Amino acid sequence: MRTIIFLLVKEFKQIFRNKPMLVIIFMLPIIQLLILANAASYEVRNIRFAAIDADQTPYSRELVSKFRASAQFDFIAMYPSEKMGKEAVQQGTVDVVLHIPQNFERDLQKEKKSQLLVTINAINGSAAAVENIYVTSIIKDFNKTVQVALRNAADTAQKPKEVIAIPLFWFNPELDYTTFMVPGILVLLVTMVALFLAGMNIVREKELGTLEQINVTPIKKHEFIIGKLTPFWILGIAELMVGLVIAKIAFDIPMVGHPGLLFLFASVYLLVVLGIGLYISNFTETQQQAMFLAWFFAVIFILMSGLFTPIESMPVWAQVLTEFNPVKYFVEVIRMVMLKGSSLKDITPQLVKLGLYALVINALAVWSYKKVS
Amino acid sequence: MKNDPAIHVENLTKMFGDFTAVNSISFQVGKGEVFGFLGANGAGKTTAMKMLIGISKPTSGQARVAGFNVRTHAEEVKNSIGYMSQKFSLYNDLTIKENIVFFGGIYGLPKSVLKEKTQALVDELGLHDHADALVRSLPLGWKQKVAFSVALLHNPKIIFLDEPTGGVDPITRRQFWEMIYREASKGVTIFVTTHYMDEAEYCDRVSIMVEGNIEALDTPNKLKERYQVGSMNEVFLKLARNIE
Amino acid sequence: MKRFRGFVIKEFYHIFRDKRTLVILFGMPIVQILLFGYAVTNEINNVDLAILDKSKDAETQKIIHDIAASKYFKISDILEDEGQIEAIFKKGKVKAVLVFAPNFDKDLITNGSAGVQIVTDATEPNVANSVSNYLSSILQKYQTDINKAITIPYQIVPETKMYYNPELKSVFMFVPGIMTVILMLVSAIMTSISITREKEMGTMEILLVSPLKPHQVILGKVFPYVFLAIINAIVILALGFFVFKMPVQGSYFLLALESILFIFSALSLGILISTISETQQTAMMTSLMGLMLPTILLSGFIFPISSMPVALQVISNIIPAKWFIILIKGILLKGVGIVVLWKETVVLLFMILLFIGVSIKKYKIRLE
Repeated sequence: MRTIIFLLVKEFKQIFRNKPMLVIIFMLPIIQLLILANAASYEVRNIRFAAIDADQTPYSRELVSKFRASAQFDFIAMYPSEKMGKEAVQQGTVDVVLHIPQNFERDLQKEKKSQLLVTINAINGSAAAVENIYVTSIIKDFNKTVQVALRNAADTAQKPKEVIAIPLFWFNPELDYTTFMVPGILVLLVTMVALFLAGMNIVREKELGTLEQINVTPIKKHEFIIGKLTPFWILGIAELMVGLVIAKIAFDIPMVGHPGLLFLFASVYLLVVLGIGLYISNFTETQQQAMFLAWFFAVIFILMSGLFTPIESMPVWAQVLTEFNPVKYFVEVIRMVMLKGSSLKDITPQLVKLGLYALVINALAVWSYKKVS
Repeated sequence: MKNDPAIHVENLTKMFGDFTAVNSISFQVGKGEVFGFLGANGAGKTTAMKMLIGISKPTSGQARVAGFNVRTHAEEVKNSIGYMSQKFSLYNDLTIKENIVFFGGIYGLPKSVLKEKTQALVDELGLHDHADALVRSLPLGWKQKVAFSVALLHNPKIIFLDEPTGGVDPITRRQFWEMIYREASKGVTIFVTTHYMDEAEYCDRVSIMVEGNIEALDTPNKLKERYQVGSMNEVFLKLARNIE
Repeated sequence: MKRFRGFVIKEFYHIFRDKRTLVILFGMPIVQILLFGYAVTNEINNVDLAILDKSKDAETQKIIHDIAASKYFKISDILEDEGQIEAIFKKGKVKAVLVFAPNFDKDLITNGSAGVQIVTDATEPNVANSVSNYLSSILQKYQTDINKAITIPYQIVPETKMYYNPELKSVFMFVPGIMTVILMLVSAIMTSISITREKEMGTMEILLVSPLKPHQVILGKVFPYVFLAIINAIVILALGFFVFKMPVQGSYFLLALESILFIFSALSLGILISTISETQQTAMMTSLMGLMLPTILLSGFIFPISSMPVALQVISNIIPAKWFIILIKGILLKGVGIVVLWKETVVLLFMILLFIGVSIKKYKIRLE
């Protein structure tokens, strides 16, 4: 126990003496939390819209003005020809082009049916789908008013049946993305700091030669690992605290559940992440190798955490893989506790899984630390 | 037990794949002896030493250090020895005092003893003005002296020094050997590797390793007699040449 | 020049001798692109849905059947009353509950309209929004089906053309993004570490007193990584082409050129980081902590930049990855040439000059 305290004191001195590092550990995550929380949204806004009106009638003008008035669309220009519209999509200056053909109004009145052409840049498939929904609903609205105006006695045959779907967004009725993203990004930042610091630590001593000096002392393997793990564990918890305060002050993120629950979970979670880091550090020979491995896992953990893209959408084999992704569990739990007020019972499955994970990975970390080569 | 040698090595071998780094060496070092472990670069000195201090497992053979088998009781060996590596290995981003407290702490020295030792050490090395300076800022010679003192903190019975004076000026080297002799006079066994043949003359006995084997082992005077030369340097050159 | 060549060969030897690093450098991008190409998608698949059917009639059964038959949803729970919704959301698995009002079929026949609530767990707004949209479109389809017999006069029929990606595959969006993230980080981290490593080990000074000029030292260190990064780019593009069927509509030559340009911008950023870091540790933390999330989030890789707040749109301009993603999507999917893409190309060129310029300045200050 005393040995561990000496290790702790040493590690803390080294951490706090390295000023540029402290800035990176604390300032970089805070700045990123503040900036990036607003970036990660699938909400489709400011759709750049252009129109080609070959009809030039009151109806066609009214349809265009509906788009101009809509909040989702940014009106860019009216193009005289279809070719120009195509070019604009190609250059990426416009997302949606509405082409109103000649005789649009006449067809509607005479043929009782009329066509429109909508072109959407669909490279971002999901955004294109949403844009399509917006476009269709404006056209539909317009269609309804037109029908009311044109319909005469002879036409009142049958009223179509309608299913009225009312969407209700629980826990977050305004679909506020920052509420969702801030806790998630906070998790990622805490994870990266912990993983990278732990991943570099032991291998750094290997490279500098100080590890050999430690190895000739009678220090126990588990003492060494605990001594290495604890400082970063404390740092991680501190980072989480700072982050939560910022989440409250800057973004007014609610804390519906008990914060203690969150820290309970975080303490187990950090053991897993740090264990992975130390295992990597023991396994590698140079800091460069260690960082590449840490980077490899960090990218996988982040992109497969369910934060940016839903886990349910992944193929089954990938979903099975995410069971081994600690970040997934914390992203889930931090939202459950902060936004839904989940109880200890609700998060028990995640807690138990991570607890087992922590045991296994830290056992590996102790085992992989070889005092004798 | 009392007459047991400090270090007892029998047929100690280390292989890396097909390469034999240390080839079945055997020797003994008595208590309180200053034992010089010589050899060219790559002769296997450091590898042999690493086995003796318990951070490298022998492929075969036996070694007992301070009465403990290095294979089965490596951790007990570590309690009885001090080690100073070729690569400077104090923490550059800690001060002299902090390094002393840290390593002393790991060896389990009680608080009062730690305090006492730190003070004594700083006095002895005349480093009062620098005790709170980062090790990084010290000249190499001072660093080596501090490293040596740190290796002595827990009163080990045997000290292993791997090229302790590499890159250090002659005056500091001399001071360093004075420190070594002071410890030897207290009954501490010294096991030292070096490149400097003049330093070999200071040892009670020396062994010369060539390509994994110990080619010669005796007092410097007897070795010079046997090879009919005037200095250890010539002994060394003769042995190395014989191999080629 | 001969001396320089010797130095570069030594650097190559340094990297290629170390098998483990090589496996890491080449193996990891391949694993990542395959993994993410399949797994990272924002399409909705197999989302857990609960049903609260207060009507339990033939019509609601039909709708439930339609939903269950779609690949987007699987019905995991049947609820009995509204009180259960909160509890099931708190468990976290079920993302949405479809609530049918009582007398659904009667309302539909007598009033011509009937109500459905789509209750979503909006703690994940992105998923909630998509789920809500998908469910609405299934209901829409049902509505069209029951109205088949009726012809409605005065209809405006929009015909929608989805350009460049008619099947709305999300892989077209993600493969270029993943490639960008991998190239950026691998290149920037590699250079920043390899240069600071020499500094930390004290070998930089030895190199600088050698007859090699300082810029030759840096170039020599970076050159092998240019080579490695180009191989990585080729492998990733080949995987995108053969495995994920990414089209290459534009010119291969331009694709190669722009990729190299981007690699250079990442490498020069790595050099810049190495000039401001004293230890490998700070270099790595700067390049990893500083670049990872911004490259993922502010580049347009997953989230459309045009939907972000204006301030973020401005900030996104300093992310080299943003420009490369525009370039690569333009070449691969739209098939446009330099005439359209000159602006992005110039920006990347300017960034390289800027990074190198600042590095040289910092470096000179250090030497003085």
